[in-house]
Amino acid sequence: MNDMHALLQVLVMAAVIAFTRFLPFLAFPEGRKRPQVITYLGSVLPYAIIGMLVVYCFKGVSVMQWPYGLPELIASAFVVGMYVWRRNTLISVFGGVAVYMLLVQLVFK
Amino acid sequence: MTKRSFKRAFKDSLPIMAGYLALGIGYGVLLQSKGYSFWWAILMSVTMFAGSGQYAGVDFMASGASLLTTAFMTLIINCRHFFYGVSLLDKYRGTGIVKPYLIFGLTDETYSITATTTLEDDISPKKYYFFLTALNHSYWITGCVLGAVLGMIMPFSGEGIDFAMTALFIVIMTDQWLKSKQHLPAILGAGTTVVCLVIFGAEYFIVPALFLIALELMLLRKKLEKPASEVENDE
Repeated sequence: MNDMHALLQVLVMAAVIAFTRFLPFLAFPEGRKRPQVITYLGSVLPYAIIGMLVVYCFKGVSVMQWPYGLPELIASAFVVGMYVWRRNTLISVFGGVAVYMLLVQLVFK
Repeated sequence: MTKRSFKRAFKDSLPIMAGYLALGIGYGVLLQSKGYSFWWAILMSVTMFAGSGQYAGVDFMASGASLLTTAFMTLIINCRHFFYGVSLLDKYRGTGIVKPYLIFGLTDETYSITATTTLEDDISPKKYYFFLTALNHSYWITGCVLGAVLGMIMPFSGEGIDFAMTALFIVIMTDQWLKSKQHLPAILGAGTTVVCLVIFGAEYFIVPALFLIALELMLLRKKLEKPASEVENDE
């Protein structure tokens, strides 16, 4: 592990995150009108991006060989089911992680 | 006035305190499991202050991703912040010297409160926003550091703990799905990405996926614009 590279990565990430937060205030200074297309993208893009990111999280899963992505599938179903039932982010995330850890460490070794 | 503003901000921040401590602890443990000490937890929680961005960041660091990849992926994960800012342009107007800090600390959770709250006349919005942001920031830093320390003494294997990021994104998607009547953007986002993953492979699918999603959304603007704008913002 290269600490210098990781440090640069943190600085880059911090700068990019700050950029995403400051950009609207720089692009539309006090009182300037916002184009309609920005409002439109703001209403649909967050949904599409999250859909993309969920798929991104599974990019390393191989469905063609053992265990065929079963730990991911079971744990994900747990997360969704739990959230629909309790509507609590923390219960879903921590429960899902616990289920996944049990599956990869004990069941699908 | 300062005291009242602080009291109100503290009261509103309590649910976030619980969430940030827990998510922060999970993050610190994850960081530790990849071999990064609590100094990294402090550095990242202070300078980045972003849940999903930091969870994904551990992955980029552990896999030694290039700076360009790191920047690009961080941009994709956090571009939703841009739209938070757009909707807070008016509320954050005239907050003076604390404005840069308010913008820096505009997380999903802080946004969910500042975007929806109405303040009484005896509360200064500027002070209230500042206290709220700073309190949330302090909870997040505390959680991350606690988790990193906890990770050092954790008596069992951390294998599989990186599922936390996946679970977090799944929860956000489920929540959006339940709150929205318009599911096409989410389906397009996930579906297009699956297709690109199959065609381009795990190394190169993100750029074409993002490009196609943007293209599809622009082509469907007429169909999506009205219903989507009636939907409430997430959180």
